Amino acid sequence: MITLDLILLSILLLFVIWTVMTVRLVHAVVGLALTSAILAVIIYRLNSPLAAVFELSVCSGLISVIFITTVSFTQRISKERFIIRRRERLLRFLYLPFIIIVAGWLLIKYLRIPQFSLPSAASVTDARLVLWHLRHLDLLGQVIILIAGVFGVVVFFKETNK
Amino acid sequence: MVILFILLPFILLLILNLPFKFLNARVASFLSAVLFLTQVFSVLVHSWLHWSNQALILGQFFKFSLVLDPLALVMLLTIGIVVFISLLVARSTLTTEKRYFNFINLLLVSFIGMNATVLIADIFSLYVFVEITAVAVFVLMAIEKNRFAIEGTFKYLVLSMIASIFILTALAFFLMACGETSFTGIHNAFLAGANIILLNFAAALFLCGLFIKCGIVPFHGWVPDAYSEAQSAVSVLLAGVVTKITGVYVLMRLFISVFVLKGNFGNVIMLFGVISIVFAALAAFNQNNIKRMLSYSSISQVGYIILAIGCATPLAILGAVLHFFNHAISKSLLFVNAAVLEKKFGSTDISIITGLGNQLPVTSATSLVGLLSTAGIPPFIGFWSKLIIIIALFTAHRFVYGGIALLTSILTLAYFLYMERNVFFIKTQEPGQDKERVPFGLKFCEILLAAIIVGAGLGLPFILNSQILRGFLRS
Repeated sequence: MITLDLILLSILLLFVIWTVMTVRLVHAVVGLALTSAILAVIIYRLNSPLAAVFELSVCSGLISVIFITTVSFTQRISKERFIIRRRERLLRFLYLPFIIIVAGWLLIKYLRIPQFSLPSAASVTDARLVLWHLRHLDLLGQVIILIAGVFGVVVFFKETNK
Repeated sequence: MVILFILLPFILLLILNLPFKFLNARVASFLSAVLFLTQVFSVLVHSWLHWSNQALILGQFFKFSLVLDPLALVMLLTIGIVVFISLLVARSTLTTEKRYFNFINLLLVSFIGMNATVLIADIFSLYVFVEITAVAVFVLMAIEKNRFAIEGTFKYLVLSMIASIFILTALAFFLMACGETSFTGIHNAFLAGANIILLNFAAALFLCGLFIKCGIVPFHGWVPDAYSEAQSAVSVLLAGVVTKITGVYVLMRLFISVFVLKGNFGNVIMLFGVISIVFAALAAFNQNNIKRMLSYSSISQVGYIILAIGCATPLAILGAVLHFFNHAISKSLLFVNAAVLEKKFGSTDISIITGLGNQLPVTSATSLVGLLSTAGIPPFIGFWSKLIIIIALFTAHRFVYGGIALLTSILTLAYFLYMERNVFFIKTQEPGQDKERVPFGLKFCEILLAAIIVGAGLGLPFILNSQILRGFLRS
């Protein structure tokens, strides 16, 4: 099964690189959505189905929709600038594959993960119980951060429209 | 009752946004000022805070585990004062009422974030509230939407996200090694010694994240831009408390009372502290803009606090806490002075605004108080805090660090006197271009902060004997 994990991680890495390297914003958003989808599979394989569902629905779904909506307000890049940008970006990140290969080789050769006697994961599996009984201060935090986000939108966009 | 420090501002935030016409910027400002001052006074008369939450029946609904120890009390006091000052500065410097109303709301969000950060006893919730503070401050920094402020915000945002990556990874390791994220659980895991490599690795990652949040050298790239380009009231807030609470306080709390670190961790922290002290003091010399000079000075002063935390003797920790308070108040004062100059002359460039001593007697006098306290000149509070840190270093046989800290104080005095001489003391032929009158609110802030610095300096024996600091030394 370790082979499947390695394949998934390699695909993840490819999508991440594509997301960063692509010039078109829509392609970057699609790359991000695919990255999240693969990440959701990895999380699912790590026995956290609920986190995987959140990752898939929020990061891969909702956020992609918001990004694509935003991108739809922008203008499409011209063909000439697209070619120039692509060349610039490739030249700027020419060293990236080299670093990945060297880092991977160093990790395989030298990294020895020590054996740990880790405590077993919490037995409570119902997320509602965890949220309402154990982490309700974090829930309050979520509400406050949403309020901060609303004010961010008001400050940056609503005032400008006026 | 401690829970009220989080719930009251939250309730006020909700009330202010109810759809009633009378809830305008003026009412919001008044209610927020009352809330901030209530926090200051409730900390000063703090015995009632130890009542159980059950007294208000709140405990049945909100079962948060919060900690109110002497360290938290000092932090709450500092937050209350600086946020109040920031509110008054914004009143005089923000351009529209609508913006001021938005500013108050975001200020309340950051206030809740900082209060919760100080009181929480769980490392994951701590991270959540540190981020809440940061998100509110990102928006606040760009509230006037000028190009440079947005650039400063962007730098802060990017580096803050990098810090978050470090901190989140560390949190995952803590959860993995301890099975929980409460302070007690992590502390016990360190004491038990199983998985100590993993715990130390997580602590090191956390430390990297906190160094970025503290803005110390070499992670300081965002600080000068953020402090100098933000709106004046936000500069006061940022330099006064935000980076101190989200970075320095968290470092202090975790590395003193939660993590049990052996070996070279203390030395590494001290090394970064001393590099910050020296490098930032030297960099401050080259600045022509007062706000940028103050930003570098801030990095240098945070270095002193970090140095004392690394030393970790009880005396050093007392020095760190006192210097935290001193730095928050005196840096707020100096940024208020900068706000006055910006308001009156539209610039904080030392080469443009010179010889203002006669035109701005209050600003001139109070800036002298602020800079002398920062440089560590008696009888101001800054003198005592630096003296305690240096004595603590010498008694811990850290002679080199103590010597460098002492010598850099002279450097601090030198660049501040250079600024003071140019801006206030030089006699110029032509008076500076008078743009606007200085609002009373700003003058009041200057006098209040200067009075705190002088009062705390002269009354230090009483302060040391106060219940808060006695409790601190005992703990």
